[in-house]
Amino acid sequence: MNAPMNFEEGKPAGQVRERLVVIGNGMAGCRAVEEILARDPGRFDVTIFGAEPRVNYNRIMLSPVLAGEKTFDEIVINTQEWYDDNGITLVSGDKVVEIDREHKRVVAASGRIEPYDKLLIATGSDPFIIPVPGKDLDGVVTFRDLDDVDKMLDAAEKGGPDGGQGRAVVIGGGLLGLEAAHGLNLRGMNVTVIHLMPTLMERQLDEAAGWLLKTELERRGQTILTGANTKEIIGKDGKVAGVRLEDGTEIPADIVVMAVGIRPATGLAREAGLEVERGIMVDDHMVTSDPAILSVGECVQHRGLCYGLVAPLWDMCRALADFVTESPSGYEGSVTSTKLKVSGIDLFSAGDFSGGEGCEDIVMRDASRGVYKRVIVKDSKVLGAVLYGDTADGSWYFDLMKKGEDVSDIREALIFGQAFASGGALADPNAAVAALSDDAEICGCNGVSKGQVVSCINGGAHSLDAVRSTCKASASCGSCTGLVESLLALTLGGEVESGPKTMCKCTSFTHGDVRKLIVEKGLKEIPQVMQELHWTTPDGCASCRPALNYYLLCAWPGEYEDDQKSRFVNERMHANIQKDGTYSVVPRMWGGLTSPKELRAIADVVEKFNAPMVKVTGGQRLDIFGIKKEDLPAVWADLNAAGMVSGHAYGKSLRTVKTCVGSEWCRFGTQDSTGLGVQIERMTWGSWMPHKFKIAVSGCPRNCAEATIKDFGVVCVDSGYELHIAGNGGIKVRATDLLCKVETEQEALDMCAAFIQFYREDAYYLERTAPWVERVGLQYVKDALGEEGAVERYAARFHYSQQFMQDDPWAKRAAGEHEKLHQHLAEVRPFPASQMENA
Amino acid sequence: MMIGNWLDIGPITQIEPGTARTLPVVGGEEIAVFHTMRNEFFAIVNKCPHKQGPLSQGIVHGDVVTCPLHNWNISLRSGKALGDDEGCVPTIPLKVDAGRIYLLRSAVIGAQDKAA
Ligand SMILES: Cc1cc2nc3c(=O)[nH]c(=O)nc-3n(C[C@H](O)[C@H](O)[C@H](O)COP(=O)(O)OP(=O)(O)OC[C@H]3O[C@@H](n4cnc5c(N)ncnc54)[C@H](O)[C@@H]3O)c2cc1C
Ligand code: HEM
Ligand code: SF4
Ligand code: FES
Repeated sequence: MNAPMNFEEGKPAGQVRERLVVIGNGMAGCRAVEEILARDPGRFDVTIFGAEPRVNYNRIMLSPVLAGEKTFDEIVINTQEWYDDNGITLVSGDKVVEIDREHKRVVAASGRIEPYDKLLIATGSDPFIIPVPGKDLDGVVTFRDLDDVDKMLDAAEKGGPDGGQGRAVVIGGGLLGLEAAHGLNLRGMNVTVIHLMPTLMERQLDEAAGWLLKTELERRGQTILTGANTKEIIGKDGKVAGVRLEDGTEIPADIVVMAVGIRPATGLAREAGLEVERGIMVDDHMVTSDPAILSVGECVQHRGLCYGLVAPLWDMCRALADFVTESPSGYEGSVTSTKLKVSGIDLFSAGDFSGGEGCEDIVMRDASRGVYKRVIVKDSKVLGAVLYGDTADGSWYFDLMKKGEDVSDIREALIFGQAFASGGALADPNAAVAALSDDAEICGCNGVSKGQVVSCINGGAHSLDAVRSTCKASASCGSCTGLVESLLALTLGGEVESGPKTMCKCTSFTHGDVRKLIVEKGLKEIPQVMQELHWTTPDGCASCRPALNYYLLCAWPGEYEDDQKSRFVNERMHANIQKDGTYSVVPRMWGGLTSPKELRAIADVVEKFNAPMVKVTGGQRLDIFGIKKEDLPAVWADLNAAGMVSGHAYGKSLRTVKTCVGSEWCRFGTQDSTGLGVQIERMTWGSWMPHKFKIAVSGCPRNCAEATIKDFGVVCVDSGYELHIAGNGGIKVRATDLLCKVETEQEALDMCAAFIQFYREDAYYLERTAPWVERVGLQYVKDALGEEGAVERYAARFHYSQQFMQDDPWAKRAAGEHEKLHQHLAEVRPFPASQMENA
Repeated sequence: MMIGNWLDIGPITQIEPGTARTLPVVGGEEIAVFHTMRNEFFAIVNKCPHKQGPLSQGIVHGDVVTCPLHNWNISLRSGKALGDDEGCVPTIPLKVDAGRIYLLRSAVIGAQDKAA
């Protein structure tokens, strides 16, 4: 054959190859070229620009390189020979700076100009740098390419300033940050991870798994700070010296790794006028808004999504290659799963685990093996999975999820671990309840009558929970739970399934079990309790979280950090919410005593903040109503200035100590009831309790302070003090039981402290002293406190715990603590509608 | 969607996870912006469908808020009351980009119409 040769050597005339230029010598760019070559090797003349001065390597393996488990050579995907063998021109270390769409060519930093017929943008993404002071200091690095790894290895090698251990701070507790932290830790650095969210890897993990991960990393010597906001990177002589957090904490550092996230690298495309939102917009064939320009990888946005993992890139590259070789298939988006590449930690997460309507969580925990598994099911399909400690089934769940398979047949076996079998029946049908008329009110909160409850039970609500959700009876304060249970028993006969009453739907343990186990097993955090006690939900509910928070606070005073999120609004705001959303403020008046200064301060507050009402409460103090959430800190500051502290009128805590005038003035008085009351209130204020707790001291048996309907009441007599317990003036009035009689004020104070502590340690959350004593029996309390040395022991524990409780929450708030809770974000002042149209 | 249609209400860090903050709208309904424990963000009108309780003050669990007044559970995603309670509160489309929160401007303004 003597076919005329084209001037381009080796190519037959008439078959001029199209020129394909690729921007980005990364994972997606090269994979796309490989896919095209596999389909039609002769189709394109390929030129690849890479900003990095090296061949294509497996970026995800940078973590093992950092950790010392792999070398760079081992993670190279395409060697120089591959480029040569396939006739690919690799322009490495030269960044493309412009796409000239008009002339169909690209311009590189070196000045090199390359024309194209088809252009492929595969620029990946850029690490996101948080805009804090000091971000540009020497020693602040990201974790994206081999150069970053080299910088980290250098820092590890160099060590600390005086030859000691090097200190690294990693900002960001996501996948990348934790892999960086792990590597640096293995390289001998002292590592602190700063994470903004309360949970590590919160995009992939729920609170439970995040807690397990955190504990394991801490066990390995890393310091993990969650809920920590970086304020500034501190420098010294232009070099990084540490990190300062919003709360003022300073962490010294020789290197700071920013791993807070990535942003698609869209600059070139945007400047070239391509359609770009978060990423470069592509269709199902990876074509951008310019038909000659394609794009794949982390830089694209497909059907509204940007990806940050490699699996989707492979699918994209296949679709792209199919399209350019004229057998279009189309990319339909990817479902992704995540694994953490930290040796010895098994963790898997896939799909959607944010829960929501119609979602069902199936949770299995095995505390002894450190396993937590959660599968989220909706409409009989697996929606997501989070696995920790045992990820063997990860790919199976992932498969079920991707295929959208119906799992109703295997629902029971989907996750192992049958709920605890319920124990023996307790309910004892109550004749008095049977005798109530149909219109008798059962639930005062929600106004539900006996007839309504019964018809709701007959209508199919065969459990307490079902009754609560269908007719609301006992769904609010819960004080009528016993009545509803009796009605269930009466109406259904033996059919009601009544195991021992568990704490809530999340657990099969009773309150008593949980309290006991917290102490026995030394459980010190909410997620730890949930893991160790095999909670059946990932993060509890509005009923068990506050209870656990209290139990932990009581068990580990000074050690346990109060979890604000687990508190009811009143306890978070330190004020009582009213039906219009405003708050009432009740400052403490010790023993009901007040002074002109206090009264003046209250009067001033009322006027200054336009409080619509002030009222004398039943607890011998004043209540200021109608205060707006955002005014609370200012109100408290004013009251603090006059020496007044929070009255805790809002909390499950010591409320007030009522006193009568006593021997000081009253002609009947036998002892200084006012003085004793003040002492008691000074001793007990600020203590969190299972429920609210009220005290009173009367100066003689005429009992003007109504001490015999209080949780703890003192009635003074000539020969000393009668101490009464477990009275209640609420829905169900109950007179106190006499606990004992003592001779001195000191004994009265000691017994008061001891009794409170015993109640704090023994009662269930939301159980007042009256139902508690009725449940356990007066003798039980007497026995416990009657033991040799018991009063001293309980009182000592109470005083110890009080050390940590008696700081005025108002003062802290007034000084700015949790200020965000009180302030509006901003205010929107809409423009007139006509202007809006053009906005 | 056009850039101008989104109202930038500031950085995500201004709302602690597991809480909400409020955004009064002059002449309209106050909006509650939630940051859940799982790092999702939602905006709804700050009025419980039951008796107008301030939902921003409730306990947040998953994507649900429990109203502080009578414990209705409201889905932050759909605005619907859950369980057997019936009612719905308007939701406001929200997006997070580069650490900032954006609300759909027309919905911020529109919240007043629906609720009025
Ligand atoms: C440390 C680390 C660990 C990871 N671990 C995992 C994991 O376990 N699992 C997983 O699925 N994913 C992981 N990833 C993510 C994964 O690496 C990325 O999803 C993948 O690399 C994206 O491929 P890409 O081609 O889009 O971008 P890249 O691989 O980043 O490639 C883009 C390339 O384009 C170059 N470039 C950019 N702009 C220009 C320009 N103007 N001119 C020339 N060249 C340019 C860049 O230098 C880069 O080399 C990890 C990432 C990192 C950094
Ligand atoms: C049994 C006969 C009683 C007598 C003789 C008696 C006597 C007194 C006296 C003298 C005072 C005034 C003290 C003072 O301010 O100077 C007083 C106050 C008061 N009494 Fe009685 N009382 C009796 C029973 C009760 C009872 C049964 C109650 C309520 C259950 C009660 C509730 C009060 C109250 C609330 C005060 C005001 C206390 C204060 O604010 O400090 N009294 N009583
Ligand atoms: S209780 Fe006794 S001492 Fe106290 S005010 Fe009443 S009568 Fe006086
Ligand atoms: S106002 Fe929200 S539950 Fe009643």
